[in-house]
Amino acid sequence: MIGWKDIPPGMVILEAGSAMKIKTGSWRAAYRPKWIEENCIHCLLCWLYCPDNSVKVKDGKRGEFDYDYCKGCGICAVECPGKKGNKAIVMEEEVK
Amino acid sequence: MTKVVAVTGNEAVANAFRQIEPDVCAAYPITPQTELMQRFASFVSNGQVKTELILVESEHSALSACVGAAAAGGRVATATSSQGLALMWEILFIAAGFRLPIVMPVVNRALSAPINIHCDHSDAMGARDSGWIQLWSENAQEAYDNTIQAFRIAEDMDIRLPVMVCYDGFIISHSIERIEYLDDETVKSFVGDYKPLFPLLDVDNPKSFGPLILTDLYHEVRKAHSETYKKVPQVVLRVAEEFEKISGRKYGFFEAYRLEDAEIGIVILNSAAGTTKDVIDEYRQRGVKVGLLKPRLFRPFPYEEIGNALKHLKALCVLDRADAFGGSYGPLYLDIAASLCNYSQKPLLINRIYGLGGRDYMPEQAAKVIEELMEIAKTGKVGSLKEYIGVRE
Repeated sequence: MIGWKDIPPGMVILEAGSAMKIKTGSWRAAYRPKWIEENCIHCLLCWLYCPDNSVKVKDGKRGEFDYDYCKGCGICAVECPGKKGNKAIVMEEEVK
Repeated sequence: MTKVVAVTGNEAVANAFRQIEPDVCAAYPITPQTELMQRFASFVSNGQVKTELILVESEHSALSACVGAAAAGGRVATATSSQGLALMWEILFIAAGFRLPIVMPVVNRALSAPINIHCDHSDAMGARDSGWIQLWSENAQEAYDNTIQAFRIAEDMDIRLPVMVCYDGFIISHSIERIEYLDDETVKSFVGDYKPLFPLLDVDNPKSFGPLILTDLYHEVRKAHSETYKKVPQVVLRVAEEFEKISGRKYGFFEAYRLEDAEIGIVILNSAAGTTKDVIDEYRQRGVKVGLLKPRLFRPFPYEEIGNALKHLKALCVLDRADAFGGSYGPLYLDIAASLCNYSQKPLLINRIYGLGGRDYMPEQAAKVIEELMEIAKTGKVGSLKEYIGVRE
């Protein structure tokens, strides 16, 4: 950890993407999102709405969840339009 | 080239804003500041400045918009009084914590309750530990001069801190005085082009303001912030020195009036210092060795310099235009007492509260204080440490 002499003015973070250093997945409590690939239309709304970095995208296609960054907020599941009325993201109980 | 004019304090400060032409002003009207921003709004609507004036729904929003604009990379100013400053409370600490060089005239007015629109210093005193630099001004000339210097102080790359310029509501804000304006070009070149530090609108270099800092780093961040204020006094003096070159007017941490050979003294802020100096002159003619100290840089408080200037006195009265409720002493008194506490030879101190809610401060009140100080110096006895003066029984 840095000492007080190395604190930047106003504690402004000058490094882009530094939130990747903080794995917030441990905050997740009761529920985690589950991706159901056959219902996914790859609209990437989940990627857009995710407040952290848990939705991975490769070559314009949605990939698996990265649970290291998933707080289990459920925003992705709410926003997911799914396919023909079937959600591609559902929240399920965390297995202890 | 200077121009002599007869203007109100608010008009003078609005003119300083016009000359400096900040990129963004976000403000909300409140008596007695209203006239300042009203006049500046005319400059905007007449096309005399290109400032973006943001009219918001509260002072909380005004300062929040200023924080955003300053973080984006603009030169930013606002102004307020009394309840308006109180409503800005949480954002004051954020502006200072982000090290944003916002300039804000505070036209001093009493706080509610009871509601009152006239002068006292309880508004700015309530914000004295928020991390804003505070410059206090006796008259319209000092308010104008301090406003111009405030931008240079705030924007100095060594400190980057917000600055309040305090002057007395109505007594100074609405009274017409003779003052000297510097010409536009002189002010513009004195203040110079704005140099942003970490502007958010520099999108090629992304950055984040306001991260969550918890137990592992907050203590270090606050220590670093606290250290920054040690650099402020040199910046204030450097800017004052340069300002003297363009104006011929000298500024420092405080004004010492007939203090050097004095035996008794008065410490007082802002407009009441003028009245006090007149009364001191009368007593000096009668051979009474009395002097005055009027702080200008109140935050950060120059403890060492002020203590040095006062320690030779036998008796000293600190006159506060703000009470500290909850049984404490006036805020100015507490700082003066702290500035003297470690000297073995120091004056006996008393604290008198005057002029709340715009109550006139009359020469007779200053005379009464001087008489009391003469008695304390003679007998070495302090009757009552803290009292209201000019109050009906």
